[in-house]
Amino acid sequence: MVVLLVYAAIFVVSMLVWGRIKRHRDRHDFTSLKTVTFGDESAIIPDRVASVISVVSVFLIWGAFTGSRIVPLHVPGPFIGEAGFSYTARDASGAEAQAPVRILVHAIGAKPAPPVVPEGTGFAKGDAAIVAAWRSVLIRPADNDGPGAQIVAIDGKPIAVDQKIAVSGGAVTLTAKGSLNFQAARGMQMEPIWLPSPEAVVARLIEIANNGFQNTSLWGHLGASLARVLAGFVLGSAVGIPLGYAMGLSGWFRGWFDPIVEFMRPVPPLALIPLVIIWFGIWETGKVVLLFLAALWIMVIAARSGVSGVKLSKIHAAYSLGASRAQIMRHVIIPNSLPDLFTGARVAMGVCWGTVVAAELVAAQKGAGMMIIAASKFQLTDIVVMGIILIGIIGYGIDIAMRMAERRLVPWKGRG
Amino acid sequence: MSGLIIDNISMRFDLANGKAVQALQNVSLDLKQGELLAVLGPSGCGKTTLLNILAGFLAPTEGQVRLGGKRVTGPGPERGMVFQQGALFEWMNVRHNIDFGPRMKGMARAERDRITDHLLETVGLHDFGEKAVYELSGGMQQRVALARCLANDPDVILMDEPLGALDALTREKMQGLVLKLWKETAKTVVLITHSVEEALLLGERLVVMAPRPGRIFREYRLPFAERGVNMDLRAVKRSEGFAQTREEILEMIWGMEEEIMGKRESA
Ligand SMILES: Nc1ncnc2c1ncn2[C@@H]1O[C@H](COP(=O)(O)OP(=O)(O)O)[C@@H](O)[C@H]1O
Ligand SMILES: [Mg+2]
Repeated sequence: MVVLLVYAAIFVVSMLVWGRIKRHRDRHDFTSLKTVTFGDESAIIPDRVASVISVVSVFLIWGAFTGSRIVPLHVPGPFIGEAGFSYTARDASGAEAQAPVRILVHAIGAKPAPPVVPEGTGFAKGDAAIVAAWRSVLIRPADNDGPGAQIVAIDGKPIAVDQKIAVSGGAVTLTAKGSLNFQAARGMQMEPIWLPSPEAVVARLIEIANNGFQNTSLWGHLGASLARVLAGFVLGSAVGIPLGYAMGLSGWFRGWFDPIVEFMRPVPPLALIPLVIIWFGIWETGKVVLLFLAALWIMVIAARSGVSGVKLSKIHAAYSLGASRAQIMRHVIIPNSLPDLFTGARVAMGVCWGTVVAAELVAAQKGAGMMIIAASKFQLTDIVVMGIILIGIIGYGIDIAMRMAERRLVPWKGRG
Repeated sequence: MSGLIIDNISMRFDLANGKAVQALQNVSLDLKQGELLAVLGPSGCGKTTLLNILAGFLAPTEGQVRLGGKRVTGPGPERGMVFQQGALFEWMNVRHNIDFGPRMKGMARAERDRITDHLLETVGLHDFGEKAVYELSGGMQQRVALARCLANDPDVILMDEPLGALDALTREKMQGLVLKLWKETAKTVVLITHSVEEALLLGERLVVMAPRPGRIFREYRLPFAERGVNMDLRAVKRSEGFAQTREEILEMIWGMEEEIMGKRESA
């Protein structure tokens, strides 16, 4: 909640500030002279400054809420140091006595010695405990105060069962069994097990890049995922493109396969995982079959629309220039379908990449998805976050690569 | 020398709803080698249908088309087409668009290049051979389309509103080019247009078609195309008889349009 508010505040403030700065810079290109930009799509150019601030602020917020060393500003962290309170006990005879409790709240991972047990007054004896930041600990201060002793007040304030009282360094709750649950003050930062700091993720990345994870190098994991995607995509294209062409060129093929394609198209590949596992097993074959199916329908539809999208006048022109059917296929229909094929390939690669990660979550010995699911079982959140970031970067990279290839190989796209 | 004979063709489209459209009814024409025929008529009178039959993309329900004594049964390289727009292959550069026909025939590279270079010169694009076609303006694209058609050396050139999408100025230049090419190559040309002025300027022969059913309404033999070969086109438009003929034909077409509207209202 706070995070969202901070993010929104950065959004608004940076927009206003940058808008002010920009207004002072005189630009006289075509767009800046337009008086109507609201609703004119061509006048909307992504503001690169906004992109940079957007990404930087994500990292700043991430750092600020995880106590990162690379970010100067932090939200309040968890309490660390010596916490304590005093309690009042009443024994069977009704007499009351007071004693202090000392609690050492230490950073996660540190193993300090427990604090010295303080003195009490009367029959109440002091107690000491040790707890890691963010965590809680159960203390039984009345246990050493003689038979029948019960806690009736904390820091002089009367307490009832399930009531919570704030004390220095945290809060205590009285349980039904008469013991105290001390919760160290959490602050606003995230526990590393929920969200590790950016540098912890980077450190993990370096460590895994050097040493690997579960007997496979980082490149081994990512490479395994990519290899599956490529295998599935290539197989899907090898079957899907000719099939799509056939559907675009022959009424029988179209009639035959239309119901199948239209039926399979809306089925998300993830829904096929159980069946694919039953039929092809959980290992490589199953995954490649799944990715093949994910790519297949997309490529069929892309090839089909590539063929049916050819302008009749182009076909007529080619016939009138004396081209044979095979020549029309090779020189007109196939090149004409390339832009559609590229669009399909981009979609297919994206879907395959998402599907492979999901399939690896189910079962795999290697792979990006396997890495994050295995890490999550050991609560290695830094590996999970690292994995998610790598998956995102690779997916983005694939799309950029496909777009670059498209621009080079089908420069005529959209200009027919 | 081969003439194009349109022998009493009719074309009926049976529609899905059980009705039928008589797109052409008993159309006959006899074109000699080297004649330029302009076909004019209001929208929907069957001009495109007629051209598609000549090209061999459609078989008429009755009658036949013969070229040089041979019956037309399908598309062929002896009948070249120029379309209104968008029929160039944008994945090929200008040169490869133009030499497409020869390439498909398996003509040797050197010979092809000679033809293409010559044609690029003829249509005024001699520096544009290696350009992508989508980088050219609409007028230049139509020049490429003309050159592509000529590269195949067809007997007949069929054009379906080839200049219809061009702006007035470009259009006028292109009309001059069409006349020049027609005279230089002595090819038989059938040109469809819905511009009366263009039909008068380019049509050595002119047929005006009427709709419902599509049929030949009037035939003309005109002197303006011959004049245009040696004269500025604007001068041709001012020359004797042009304005008068234009008014006569406009009157005729307006009459047809009114008749159509009348039929629609009474229907
Ligand atoms: N494939 C077709 N199916 C049904 N009707 C058609 C078809 N092609 C053309 N027509 C009809 O034939 C008539 C003539 O069409 P067309 O030759 O395109 O006219 P024009 O080119 O003169 O505008 C129109 O009424 C049109 O609706
Ligand atoms: Mg038409």
